Amino acid sequence: MRPVTLKMVLKACGALLLVLLVVVGIALKLGAVPISLSDLALHVGRGALGRSDQLPSEYRLIVLNLRVPRILLGILVGAALSVAGAGFQALLRNPLADPYVLGVSSGAALGAITWLIASPHVLLMPALVPLFTPLAAFLGAAATVAAVYFLGRRSGQLDSGTLLLAGIVTASFLSAVIMFLMTTLPSRDLRGMAFWLMGDLSTPQVASVLWVFVAGLVVATGAMYTTASDLNLLLTGEREAMHLGVDVTRVKVVVYVAASLLTGLAVSASGAIGYVGLLVPHTMRLLFGSDYRLLIPTSALGGAIAIVLADTLARTIVAPTELQVGAMTAMAGAPMFIYLLRRRLG
Amino acid sequence: MSPSGSETGDTSVLHPAIEPERWRPGAVRLSVQQAGYAYASDERGAPLFTLEATNFEARQSELVAILGPNASGKSTLLALLAGTLKPLSGRVQLEGFETSQLDPRTRAQRIAVVQQESPLLFPARVWEYVLQGRHPYGRSLRFASSEDSTIALNALAQVGGQHLRDRWMDQISGGEKQRVVLARALAQQPQLLLLDEPTLHLDIGAQVELLQQLRRLAEENRYTVVVVTHELNLAAEFADQVVLLHGGKCLRVGPPREVYRQDLLEQVFEAPLDVELTLAGRPRVNVRGKRVEPAG
Repeated sequence: MRPVTLKMVLKACGALLLVLLVVVGIALKLGAVPISLSDLALHVGRGALGRSDQLPSEYRLIVLNLRVPRILLGILVGAALSVAGAGFQALLRNPLADPYVLGVSSGAALGAITWLIASPHVLLMPALVPLFTPLAAFLGAAATVAAVYFLGRRSGQLDSGTLLLAGIVTASFLSAVIMFLMTTLPSRDLRGMAFWLMGDLSTPQVASVLWVFVAGLVVATGAMYTTASDLNLLLTGEREAMHLGVDVTRVKVVVYVAASLLTGLAVSASGAIGYVGLLVPHTMRLLFGSDYRLLIPTSALGGAIAIVLADTLARTIVAPTELQVGAMTAMAGAPMFIYLLRRRLG
Repeated sequence: MSPSGSETGDTSVLHPAIEPERWRPGAVRLSVQQAGYAYASDERGAPLFTLEATNFEARQSELVAILGPNASGKSTLLALLAGTLKPLSGRVQLEGFETSQLDPRTRAQRIAVVQQESPLLFPARVWEYVLQGRHPYGRSLRFASSEDSTIALNALAQVGGQHLRDRWMDQISGGEKQRVVLARALAQQPQLLLLDEPTLHLDIGAQVELLQQLRRLAEENRYTVVVVTHELNLAAEFADQVVLLHGGKCLRVGPPREVYRQDLLEQVFEAPLDVELTLAGRPRVNVRGKRVEPAG
């Protein structure tokens, strides 16, 4: 008998942080232009000592301007999507819940695209437009969760199969609306938008947007973490949780807003990267158990590791051409989804 | 069905605040006074089901059985006792406090509920499950203390489930699972223990064992125990009081030998029944079946 303690949480997070550092090292090294480990160590050392003026311009361009921002974005997006997935699984009492499968990512994408199309017609300073994109994506995500939640009910009860079907149908409907809206875009924007929709980390982000992302990630994950022990009980059913002293309505609202916000942030920055919210929490459950006090922080770090790794593979597997990171996660996540579905049905 | 009455999450007060009565050992612990409820059904708001005003009282160490056929209002009455439904009329008080007005944590420290089914979404070990009963006592992030672990293990020992401690919940039998669910309720250290058809899916041996256990726990821990059940004979054998419901009406409340009247039970359960008294003075119900003689 080993109940979860703070020490266990810190140990697990420490171990994952080490893995993340190794993965980041690999991601910095590998690419269309490989950089040797000794060069990398030397340049990182110089950068850390504030002697960045001594860095070669090639290194500056490839590592600092291309790989580092991409890795940082990957860390944020992976953490956000994984924590959102873990949250949706508890909120909807469904182990197959994932922002992508439920159509929430499509809802967020629709919100973001609608805003991008509408923003020129709204009287607003152009510099502020990117800052509002995550908000629009959040609203799209929140509306989709609400729609799928109500469509997924049968006789007043949330039904696991109906919920998944509702999610899949909603995703397909929203994708069709997105395609329709894209026809209104100038053709020069279409290719970038199509890449973004498939899940892509290569689009450069404005620094202020990244800070909004960091703040949103910390607040939403922190808010969800305050409900971690309540979520363990919510998994046994709402009525059961209520009998064990959980303020079910409050917990559901917190998780609903936090998970929608995390999805909105991730999608506005990198498009709809699928299955991360499914793949990572389930792997963390296998490694550390299903207690949400461990699951939320380990999923955040595990998500960061998964996306950085997937993106490194996407950049190198067919170099110098690049795959979208969403294609890599789908290749790993879709079989996992089928395995979980069959285990559930079996 | 959506309830036409307000649920517990609603903090609006239907009745004026009631000063908690000073509670004395041996005094009434659970008091149900004219408590009623109605579920709204359609747009016109016509109630689909109504539980009419119900009255009874229970003291510590008492075991009360709620009896009645399907759709008689047993589960609604249990939800009113648990405080998860707020009565539309009357009141349900536990030691002077209205159960529906207690905040969720306080309520879970005083009332434990064992439900019909406790499905798990992800695998959990027995000790993890029982430890959930300490949730209402934890701090904000609720990491279990060593005291919590001791209480949880004691609760498991009280139901004779120590050997199950490290087993997975989905790998134990129905009877063992029922014990573990009961242990989690005991870990809440409640004053009032409510059980919704706990003998469902249990064989007769496990049913008797469970009721014996509840009887012993009520005596030892001074719980007030309320059990919803279909088992007339088990209720007659182990309950101090019986509340008989039919079609949302509370027909009779009292000791089993006063409530178990042949005509009344036949009318309620719509079956030919015989009621006899055992040597211990407890009633026993037998089904009076018509024997079909073979032709020729």
